[in-house]
Amino acid sequence: MIYLRPPIINELFFFMSGSKGLYQTITTVLFVALLVGSALLSYINANSYTGNTLQTKEQALEKYGFYLEPDNKDANINFRHQSPQLDPKLKHIEPQIASMGASVSIVDFDNDGWNDIYFTNSRTGSQNALYRNLHNGKFENVAAQMGVADVNKKGTGVSMGAIWGDYDNDGYEDLFLYKWGRPQLFHNEGGKKLVDVTEGSGLPKWINANCAIWVDFDNDGLLDLFIGGYYKEDIDLSNLKSTKMMPESFRYANNGGRKYLFKNMGNGKFKDVTAEYGLNSTKWVLAAGAADLNGDGYPDLVVTDDYNVDELYINEKGKRFVEKGKQSGIGTIPKSGMSVAFGDIDNSALLGIYTTNITEPGILIQGNNYWKPTGPQTQEPKFVNLAQLAGIENAGWSYGAQFGDLNNDGYMDLYVANGFISGKKGTSYWYDYSKVTGGNSAIIGDAANWPDMQGKSQSGYQQDKIWLNNSNGLFEDVSNKVCPTATYDGRAVAMADLWNRGVLDVIVANQNNIPLVYKNIQRNNNHWIDFDLHGTVSNASAIGATVEVQWGGKKQLQVITGGIGFSSQNQHRLHFGLGTTGKVDRVLIHWPSGQTDEIINPEIDKLHNIKEKKVKA
Amino acid sequence: MQATKTENLTEINMPSFWKADYFTYVPPIFITLILLVGQIFFGILDSYLNVVLAIATSVIAEMILAKVLLGARKNLASAYITGISVGILIRSNMVWPYVVAALLSIMSKYVLRYKGRHIWNPSNFGVSWMLFMAPVYVAGLSMQWGNYVLPMSIIWVLGLGIVYRAKKLHISLTYVVSFIILAYVRSLITGDAFLAELSPLTGPMYQLFVFFMVTDPGTAVSSKKWQIIVVILVALVEFVLRLQGVIYAPFFALFLVGPTARFIDLRNLSINARLKTN
Repeated sequence: MIYLRPPIINELFFFMSGSKGLYQTITTVLFVALLVGSALLSYINANSYTGNTLQTKEQALEKYGFYLEPDNKDANINFRHQSPQLDPKLKHIEPQIASMGASVSIVDFDNDGWNDIYFTNSRTGSQNALYRNLHNGKFENVAAQMGVADVNKKGTGVSMGAIWGDYDNDGYEDLFLYKWGRPQLFHNEGGKKLVDVTEGSGLPKWINANCAIWVDFDNDGLLDLFIGGYYKEDIDLSNLKSTKMMPESFRYANNGGRKYLFKNMGNGKFKDVTAEYGLNSTKWVLAAGAADLNGDGYPDLVVTDDYNVDELYINEKGKRFVEKGKQSGIGTIPKSGMSVAFGDIDNSALLGIYTTNITEPGILIQGNNYWKPTGPQTQEPKFVNLAQLAGIENAGWSYGAQFGDLNNDGYMDLYVANGFISGKKGTSYWYDYSKVTGGNSAIIGDAANWPDMQGKSQSGYQQDKIWLNNSNGLFEDVSNKVCPTATYDGRAVAMADLWNRGVLDVIVANQNNIPLVYKNIQRNNNHWIDFDLHGTVSNASAIGATVEVQWGGKKQLQVITGGIGFSSQNQHRLHFGLGTTGKVDRVLIHWPSGQTDEIINPEIDKLHNIKEKKVKA
Repeated sequence: MQATKTENLTEINMPSFWKADYFTYVPPIFITLILLVGQIFFGILDSYLNVVLAIATSVIAEMILAKVLLGARKNLASAYITGISVGILIRSNMVWPYVVAALLSIMSKYVLRYKGRHIWNPSNFGVSWMLFMAPVYVAGLSMQWGNYVLPMSIIWVLGLGIVYRAKKLHISLTYVVSFIILAYVRSLITGDAFLAELSPLTGPMYQLFVFFMVTDPGTAVSSKKWQIIVVILVALVEFVLRLQGVIYAPFFALFLVGPTARFIDLRNLSINARLKTN
């Protein structure tokens, strides 16, 4: 056998071979140090990972300048989500399959200038809730009188989420309800009634979707629809033909539902252009977000997939989409993508992308991602994952996440909903889960092979994560410090100024439980500025428009989305915290139509309603 | 300059007793093939950096420790296998666990010794320690890799062929048969589908376990009969751990049974040798 080694190495080895006893001692000491050190480090971090020391409201207000106070009772919100009922063949794993459907979307459906809230429900016969803002701190459920309560009927499936967008540009936000069942489109009749106009709209008869967003992909001024399928569309989960409906792999599953891209034809009809536009993959979509990520003026699509890599679809001038996930860096490592949120966390006027996954210590450490553009926008953008450096990587079994400046200090903070299944305390389904998910597709793909859950928990009783951006993208975990402990199974998160106070309140839809409506109590000297945009040449909802606020040497970019996070939609207006700076230098508004508006020194601590100028081409 | 010696071949963590020298390179080539097939077709590695670091750490640690502690140079195939196993078997978002696991694996060979022999399978020691003691940073390869029949079949056929040529087929087969029988018993006890209990065997973690860990000649007992008994014991302990819901049961079972059996075997060999001398 030939051993090649440079002479200097031989000299080194000759020197070292002298004192074997000493080296044995050194090796042993090092070995023990590594054993103890690795265990100790893990132990210490386990404590910080599982939660923080609870602080009082006063302490939080003193230290962080804000406190999230649960306000369900005072706000008169008594909604409770109920999970879907499934075919008896899935009874043994029902908590796992029926683990989605709690969604929240914010809308001002009656254009009174106050944000309203829509929650979906998911049990057959259960009612969705539309809470109208009464302007006095309270809400009233008007879903029934508006015609959007009784939508979870036998034979038509159950709600999974809702998005609002003015598809006919009449000035009122319309409702698209996506389901494990027949999707529904409701036209908003001047804020007085929501009328089901699904029939004849061109929408599919049945989908199993957990994601949909409004997006004007061709900038023609009409809102189009993207829908991401989860289970295949020929499956009725309440009436199964076969139990072979599970993912074929934990990391490489391509047997999910199909995607849909519906082009708005402008006459209340939508045309399926999915294949034509190249959205042909059948991964298990859980979330999507649209924003112009390469600076060409057209919204690109970020799609997060369960059981596979995430996808990035670059919009080629509204003519087609090309998948560039791998090339961009986003689609390299298969995880369990559940949410998309855009956030400019270091005030660089560039949108980063936050996607959530699963972290369960010792079992599955995927970590959430924050994809930061590697440089200025180019046709084929590239991203690097900075979640670990920013301190926003490991949250738990994460679902929805949203960025928003919770203390108005000028930096975007982050709220992440956590928790999968809170079953019997002290139990875990993880072992059973790992048996089948590590196995062959023939085994994992058949629900009949999955072990009975027997009421066990799986990553249950987890506290949501609240990360405070201390400046320039470095986050501090303030979970439990700025709100009381709550360990529901968090799903959808939305941020909105519910009481027109110039702060972002937080609304979390929890699976099979009550939502959390957090009133954001502030104690600081920070300023803010809000913008509510209304398109005229662009789509009326101004979805896709961006606002860049420049102040005190900072510049922050935000985008209006037609659904973002996991099964959620934030308020339509964009909220910017300004810190103690009492002046905004400049605001740039980029409309989907291509127009750019500039506002110099706008008034602060105020909501600005901006209507797009009608400029003739 | 001191002449370089080759360490007793039985200490090399591979089936190096195979007559032809070239065979010593078959296991490392095979595990590299597993890695390459997995990465090219399924992208099993989250990062090349992690596995490269694990291999480099193992190899460098082996070179240095063999020289300074044993005064011998070692065939580095064993360290390569250890490094690549660590790189594949653990999952972490951080880089340091790969370095520490590789270091612990190799160092265990030089620190945890009895009668001049190491008693733990190196990668089994490093991986088990990290999985049990550093769970915040480390998870295992339990639910990853493609689940397709063809590549899995190829790896099984090749793997079994190699352990056959290395005269360790009886160990692998005994383990596999024991696992299948005990999976059936578990399914009777838990009420779960037999396929669910059998399922882990179809995953990549077990391929590495069956071909590279339980067959490790460096830590196996000396007689064929006892090798079979020991591997049945490994399967039995794993069975018990599985009933307790321990996800990494095979690693922990080998971690517990392997060194105990090796310790007893070495002690008996020593006693027998002494009796013969007297």
